[in-house]
Amino acid sequence: MALSAARIGRRRAQNALFVGFCFLVTTLALTALALILYSLLIQGVGGLNLRLFTMSTPAAGTPGGLINAIVGSIMMCTLAMAMALAVGVMAGTWLAEYAGESRYGSVVRFLNDVLLSAPSILVGLFVYEILVAPFKGFSGFAGAVALALLAVPVITRTTEDVLKLQPTSLRESAIALGTPFWHVVRTVLWRAASSGIITGALLAFARISGETAPLLFTALNNQFFSWNMAKPMANLPVVIFQFALTPYSDLNQLAWAGALIIAASVLAVTIIARFVSRDPKPS
Amino acid sequence: MSTAEISAADPAPRRLASARGSGLEPVFHAACFMAATTLLAALGGVLVALAIGGWPAIAKFGVGFLTNVTWDPVQDVYGAAGPIVGTLITSALALLFALPVAGGVAFFLVELCPPALRRPIGTAVELLAGIPSIVYGMWGLFVFAPMFAKWVEIPAMAAAPADSIWSTLVQGIPNGSGILAASIILAIMILPFMAATLRELLHTVPAQVRESAYGLGATTGEVVMKVTLPYVRRGAIGAVMLGLGRALGETMAVTFIIGNSHDFPKGLFDAGSTIASTIANEFNEASGMQQSALIALGLVLFLITFIVLALARLLLRNQARL
Repeated sequence: MALSAARIGRRRAQNALFVGFCFLVTTLALTALALILYSLLIQGVGGLNLRLFTMSTPAAGTPGGLINAIVGSIMMCTLAMAMALAVGVMAGTWLAEYAGESRYGSVVRFLNDVLLSAPSILVGLFVYEILVAPFKGFSGFAGAVALALLAVPVITRTTEDVLKLQPTSLRESAIALGTPFWHVVRTVLWRAASSGIITGALLAFARISGETAPLLFTALNNQFFSWNMAKPMANLPVVIFQFALTPYSDLNQLAWAGALIIAASVLAVTIIARFVSRDPKPS
Repeated sequence: MSTAEISAADPAPRRLASARGSGLEPVFHAACFMAATTLLAALGGVLVALAIGGWPAIAKFGVGFLTNVTWDPVQDVYGAAGPIVGTLITSALALLFALPVAGGVAFFLVELCPPALRRPIGTAVELLAGIPSIVYGMWGLFVFAPMFAKWVEIPAMAAAPADSIWSTLVQGIPNGSGILAASIILAIMILPFMAATLRELLHTVPAQVRESAYGLGATTGEVVMKVTLPYVRRGAIGAVMLGLGRALGETMAVTFIIGNSHDFPKGLFDAGSTIASTIANEFNEASGMQQSALIALGLVLFLITFIVLALARLLLRNQARL
């Protein structure tokens, strides 16, 4: 009896240690992450003003904003998303509807999962090799292609997953009406899965909008406002990177403001994505 | 699954009922197939492009490229041992720091958290996993580094007895950047991702399994360590390796704070470099052999991360896809 009481005591102590550890590290982790968001907010809000959205990136010591970088980022991300949606939705459809359990299907599925977490800087190097070096120039197009390559795996994956969730009876009833299968896919399955596909697209958008590494060697940067995607193009992440590493406090301030804009939009997009996926529209 | 049934069905009624647009069926199928093949081509393309671009450097320096420490653009001699070791050390340290914390957070959320807080904290962790890494990098540079230098590096160096292992470990310039600082920032960056993945995995454990363990009188700690964690161990290892894959290839969170020196790091506070930070810093100014050496570095990173990620995916294959 004494032995078992001692044993229970020891187990209780071990458990207290475990529970205490979990509480401690959770507090620690949440504090660290809160600190990061706090300094982002404090430093970033200090730099928020109208100039940010009306003027282009300045040289040190002169007033300026981030409009060229914001527009550049939006243009490249939009083009990237257009390309990624076309490829990703089709590829996801193939994996879910046509590939079945085929060997090629499982290879593509597996490599897509690897690509999903591949280092983004390597995608940048790849696009540099195929689009920048041969055409002898950095360009917004190259940046958009690099971003698209990072978005495609996310969209493919979510498209495949949500299509597989659609009941077989849905496909069968559409086919029973005499609909060609590709019509079934487009008019029944895609529509039924639309909220899931939109969620995937939003998550992919959130992911690429903050990516810096792949843009360093593709879109580079541009100090001036430009609509021309065939030339180097300003973008928020690279501007933040370059301005943060300068010794000038006004440029650092702009970098913080840019980081706040990116983080806030990523959070907003992620939250919208959660709402879309939580509340599927009846179709 | 349904595909087989559908294509096995008699096509005749379909043709009878409506032929409108059915001629495009093979076109649509082919387009989908090509989109899927594009993915394959992209990954293969990355490998081929890196191999071609890096070939001059690989041909010139051979295996010595991996073991040589000299990285000297002036003499045009490149050895990648410094960045490679830097990558491995920072990722390993980051994993060492992040793993217990991520585990603790996941266990807390699944077993201990009051239900009212479960959802907000869980959501917060998932949202933080999506914050771009450049934010972590900037925070590391402007906020963390000065604090780290003042509160950790200088006291640790002052307290270290001369000529001990301790003093060797804390060698370096106490300016807040270096191997250890970069590892900590990396750890903070992969933490939400790992915690969210582990939490998701632990939720896949059937309620009966957990409840029967509690019913036998097991404590919370015993339930987690002896029942639920072993239940998902394959997936958990996979999740950890996904985190490792992120740490290995991370560029922005590291470049800001590692100090960017190509030498072999002498101590934890010493400046170092990783493969990704070296490429990010030098690629745009590089040409000729240096550029080729940087691309060869990229190839090394590709091979390391591919192996880690492939293993992770194989381990995660039978789990719910994460």
